[in-house]
Amino acid sequence: MSAEALAPGTGPGPGPRALARQRRRRSAARFWQQYRTHRAGLVGLAALVLFALLALTAPLTAGSGVSGVTDAPGAPLEAPSGHFPLGTDRFGRDLLGLLVWGSRVSLLVGLLAAVLSVAIGAVVGITAGHFKGTYATVVMRVTDWFLVMPTLVLAIALATVMSRSLGTVVLAIGVTSWPTTARLVRAQTLAVESRPYIERATALGGGHWHVMTRHVLPNVMPLVLAQTTLMVSSSILSEATLAFLGLGDPTVVSWGGLLQDAREAGAVSAGDWWYLLPPGIAIALVALAFTLCGRAVESVLNPRLGANR
Amino acid sequence: MSADTAMPEAEVPGPLTGPEARRRGPGTWTGYLRYGAGKLGGALVSLFAVLVTGFFLFRLIPGDPVKTMTGGRQVSAQQLAAYRREFGLDLPLWQQFTDYCGKALTGDLGTSYQFHVPVLDKITEALPNTLLLTGTAFVLYTALGMYLGTRSAWRHGRLGDRVNTGLALTLYSLPSFWLGLLLIIVFAVGLGPIPGLFPTGGMESGEGGGFAHVLDVAHHLVLPVITLVAVEYGQTLLVTRSALLDEMGSDYLVTARAKGMRDDQVRRRHAVPNALLPTVTLVFVNLGRTVAGVILVETVFSWPGLGGLFYQALSVPDLPLVQGLFLFFASAVIIMNTLADLVYPLLDPRVGR
Repeated sequence: MSAEALAPGTGPGPGPRALARQRRRRSAARFWQQYRTHRAGLVGLAALVLFALLALTAPLTAGSGVSGVTDAPGAPLEAPSGHFPLGTDRFGRDLLGLLVWGSRVSLLVGLLAAVLSVAIGAVVGITAGHFKGTYATVVMRVTDWFLVMPTLVLAIALATVMSRSLGTVVLAIGVTSWPTTARLVRAQTLAVESRPYIERATALGGGHWHVMTRHVLPNVMPLVLAQTTLMVSSSILSEATLAFLGLGDPTVVSWGGLLQDAREAGAVSAGDWWYLLPPGIAIALVALAFTLCGRAVESVLNPRLGANR
Repeated sequence: MSADTAMPEAEVPGPLTGPEARRRGPGTWTGYLRYGAGKLGGALVSLFAVLVTGFFLFRLIPGDPVKTMTGGRQVSAQQLAAYRREFGLDLPLWQQFTDYCGKALTGDLGTSYQFHVPVLDKITEALPNTLLLTGTAFVLYTALGMYLGTRSAWRHGRLGDRVNTGLALTLYSLPSFWLGLLLIIVFAVGLGPIPGLFPTGGMESGEGGGFAHVLDVAHHLVLPVITLVAVEYGQTLLVTRSALLDEMGSDYLVTARAKGMRDDQVRRRHAVPNALLPTVTLVFVNLGRTVAGVILVETVFSWPGLGGLFYQALSVPDLPLVQGLFLFFASAVIIMNTLADLVYPLLDPRVGR
């Protein structure tokens, strides 16, 4: 996994480059071998592949017209039947189709927000670990501040004042959830930078940029990948939360949005459990799958955590 | 959320060694006062940062707050100008900021234009209800998480541990609002053979006084508290578990066993007190997450607290109220964390003194 993520080319000639590629392929194979021993990780991975396929093939399996309100095929709030396996929503739309379409938004927003959040965290962490002194002190102060802040409140406030769109949701989640990553990456950066080869690189004239991108980044990358995987599940939960509070993009179907619809349609007091159950289970399954994968990746990369598996 | 298992290493103020420890002086109250003053100073800076964020978040990002406020409705130019004057938006930015800071410090958070009363009044009105709900849940989930986490770590790798951790992780991955909705359907509305045992929402039915009233509120409290505890205890469990696992290999435990102490004595007297310290800090650091849980649970159960108020405010959107609640939640969490920081050295003599 870590092989593709590293910057290509670490030497001038084709010789070292081929060597590096070979080494990376070998370490990827080793990674996979160890990952395979984590049963929970494999289950999570299988679930993720399944959900990804579902999301990608949504136009084929569910058709493109499911989210239209005007030409809904059924009556509002129908219980599950042969025709509508999961029943219909308050507009008479097929809930199964909506659920399949909803997976696209949840996965997309979850991934994008996680990538944004981990990217911010990685940049903050690496720079704070590399440039010590006042800069690091100030940056870590800010990080600590964000860490104790009720981030959902901050995200809600952001989403409230900005326009309702998926971009807003991604931004609101991304800019509020990076501090844990920043702390982890900084700790790792400090550990890497204390090693002698960094001193060698500096002595040979390597500048800040060179040290950070060519030496620190590849060493931090595995941690960043594990952290991204873990972050996706919390981003998906945050997305569902924001959508449930009515702060999502009203024009697209998402799992959290379905739950909000259900609540507004009075499904709770009417006891329409079939309206509420599927979106929540889907959210929980995807979040759990990402958590399982992330924990497996983490314990492969950091054997000290092995007991936690 | 998910980084928690790795957080103890990164988060916890470790024992001070070297020059720093010497400078602060070992075991003196002067040292503690200096440590406390530093933490208080940091807290003041944090609170100021909250104030600044609140200002810029609600004044600059949306472009024109008045337009956001009126929500795209047709408003005459005079009305717009009147709104602008009312909210002081025609003043230069720095003056707006100083006005805002002065008002916020004296407790004037503006007027909610949904309820037409001062924001602070709404907050103080809802605060006791939230404290009741959150306090009950906090005590329960911390106790449950620590108890199960200790048991899990002490028998780690066994079936019990795996079931425990698995269940906690699963509940932890559930959206709290969804769990709340399901609990309402099953236990309040009633599903199939199960009758509706608990009220669907609110805090009281309004009958009786005195003890009957207390029982009534407790009855309404059951489902929201269960929801909060279910989604939050996993965090404490995992933190306690990994903190205790870190202690498991320590020499002092071997010594304790070699002295002939019984297994649960070793656990209670030696391992747990040491593992408790990082847990305490993290419980407070994670209060921010609890706030999120409270907002959702109160929304779902129509609990008349701050979280329910927040939902009412953001669905309008009632910007002064959202801003006031943002300031309140953030400050409350910072203050609680500072208190935890101040108590921490009293628990762990290695820190700060």
